[in-house]
Amino acid sequence: MKAHMVKALNMALYQEMERDESIVVLGEDVGVNGGVFRVTEGLYEKFGRRRVMDTPLSEAGIIGFSIGMATTGLRPIAEIQFQGFDYNAYHHIQQHASKIRNRTRGMMHCPMIVRLPYSGGIRALEHHSDSLETIYIHLPGIIVVCPSSPYEAKGLLAACARAEDPVMFFEPKRLYRAFKEEVPEERYEIELGKANVVKKGGDVTLISWGAMTYLCKMAVEELEKKGIDVEHIDLRTLHPCDWETVVQSVKKTGRCVVVHEAVKTLGFGAEIATRIMEKAFYYLEAPIKRVTAWDINIPLPALEDYYFPDKERIIKGVEEVMKEG
Amino acid sequence: MKKRVFEGGVDYVQILDKDGKVDEELEPKIAGDTLKKMYYHMVLQRKWDRKNMALQRTGRIFTYAPCEGQEGVQIGAMMATEAQDWIFPTYRESYLYHLRGVPLWKINLTWRGMEDGLKLDPKLRMWPAAIPIGTQLPYGAGAGYTIKMRGEKAAVLVFGGDGATSEGEFHDALNFSGVFETPCVFLISNNGWAISTPRKIQTKAETIAQKALAYGFQGLQVDGNDILAVYKYVKEALERARSGKGPFLIEAITYRMGPHTTADDPKRYRSEEEVAYWRERDPIERFKKYLYRKNLLNEEEEKKIEEETQKIVEEEVKKMEEFKPDPKDIFKYQYGGKFALTKNLEEQMKECFGE
Ligand SMILES: Cc1ncc(C[n+]2csc(CCOP(=O)(O)OP(=O)(O)O)c2C)c(N)n1
Ligand SMILES: [Mg+2]
Repeated sequence: MKAHMVKALNMALYQEMERDESIVVLGEDVGVNGGVFRVTEGLYEKFGRRRVMDTPLSEAGIIGFSIGMATTGLRPIAEIQFQGFDYNAYHHIQQHASKIRNRTRGMMHCPMIVRLPYSGGIRALEHHSDSLETIYIHLPGIIVVCPSSPYEAKGLLAACARAEDPVMFFEPKRLYRAFKEEVPEERYEIELGKANVVKKGGDVTLISWGAMTYLCKMAVEELEKKGIDVEHIDLRTLHPCDWETVVQSVKKTGRCVVVHEAVKTLGFGAEIATRIMEKAFYYLEAPIKRVTAWDINIPLPALEDYYFPDKERIIKGVEEVMKEG
Repeated sequence: MKKRVFEGGVDYVQILDKDGKVDEELEPKIAGDTLKKMYYHMVLQRKWDRKNMALQRTGRIFTYAPCEGQEGVQIGAMMATEAQDWIFPTYRESYLYHLRGVPLWKINLTWRGMEDGLKLDPKLRMWPAAIPIGTQLPYGAGAGYTIKMRGEKAAVLVFGGDGATSEGEFHDALNFSGVFETPCVFLISNNGWAISTPRKIQTKAETIAQKALAYGFQGLQVDGNDILAVYKYVKEALERARSGKGPFLIEAITYRMGPHTTADDPKRYRSEEEVAYWRERDPIERFKKYLYRKNLLNEEEEKKIEEETQKIVEEEVKKMEEFKPDPKDIFKYQYGGKFALTKNLEEQMKECFGE
């Protein structure tokens, strides 16, 4: 069926909850209201309030409670209403969710998913638009996933529902209803830890995830018309990252552009560039280029468009890298 | 119009006073064997505790958080649990793993700096001790939800200190537990201090127990150095919880006789008089008097337990020292499943071990 990302995520949640009785969905307004973005719509009616819990308004409470559930036999899928509000819960992820397996030398683990509607582009109020994937990628023991389309969202969420470790599931909220695509109704999984080569090409490697993949796809089409043959990689799982696919591609093309919505300084692009330097330096024909948000606090909606990379900046970035060497 | 919309109060209970005199009306009926087991564990715990302080001084363990003075709360509460109950201890309750069969030498591996000390079968239903203050509280609440979802006849005993009640987690745990009616007993060992910070700086409230009322359930204050009171009321609260009546908060008034950890010097912040006052209220001494009076203990038996426990402690130290951790383990348990040892980690492991 044709579905936008909200519907795809909703279908995944529905199917996973049917498949596995230990899954409990919880968060602020996820029950009766179906979530402020409607991702959990209909689950409350189908599975009841014991499995679809409207919680007190506390991010730390939601994640703390979830860790207790996850380490004793349930599989919570928690929603943080906006990623910009997850800092109160971060210590639970950092101190326990990420460490419990190692602390107990594999005897206990914490299979939970934290869904994080993230980044901007939806004209939201202050504090609603951050892209802080890096703070989770910095944690050993955590899986970080970021879908870029409805099809990807459904398959990745299904895979995460069977993962053995805590997953931070970044949902690019500007893609929630941006477009529809064909999404199978039956259950399928997209393998975690495996990047997607969106388009093969020989001239330059373009790396992105989430909403930026959507923009990059449009940029790639235009670049093709200009005669630039881009290899476009959608990382999908940011942590642990599929470095093999990245490195192999850059060895082939000799050029690389990384695009992300997070600020430049210590954004994931910094790590990607360094890995390429370590593994493929002698294959490079031009410096690696990062097309990112600026190193500033994200502006309010009226000026937000200055902040995020857009199609034009991506095209310009690729053209710059093509001119070098 | 004006009307009173909330009434509440908090009781304090002591069954065994500092001289071992028992309040016969409140005295719980406990089997002689159970009482003897309580005594045995308190004695062994203290021996082990003092030994650990010495082990740290000689560099054989790297740090330690002593529990001398708090044996009454810890043993009393733990013995009130049943095997199907989940336990969420803090660093100060590390002895309690022993009550579910973990040998002392293994518990000590953690204090010796090895994760293997927490390599515990989840069937024991004991979470690894929480080091970040208060974090275990909401996890205990969540574990209660698991029990509820599965329809198990079990409860959760969550430990915490007086300092932990200031953390946001205390609020989250009690709030979530109240709202979702999870079968949890939150047991706060109010030992008067959080490192150098006195209890009065943690809260303006008269008691910690009263905080339960704000979350829609009951709280009780007990003399934490009175093992009979701890055992009786923790047991009651756990039974309530198991039968679906929701959470309960118990504040046990006790005292940490030793330093906060081996790195602490309590002389900097508390008086000798205060310590002496609490020495007179020792949980083991008064319980011993009670047992003598009940003819459950005599000098000969007391001596036998002394010797036996001393011997155990020495033997356990030997076993602890014999254990060698596998250095490669530091890489092996970051993830499970397909990420168990990623290519990235495998490369780093090889680099680390020079292969
Ligand atoms: C979140 C956090 N902050 C600070 C510390 C450092 N710290 C360790 S123990 C402690 C005092 C805890 O006091 P309390 O909760 O009363 O427990 P007690 O040590 O008295 O058993 C502090 C501040 C910590 N471990 N975790
Ligand atoms: Mg204290």
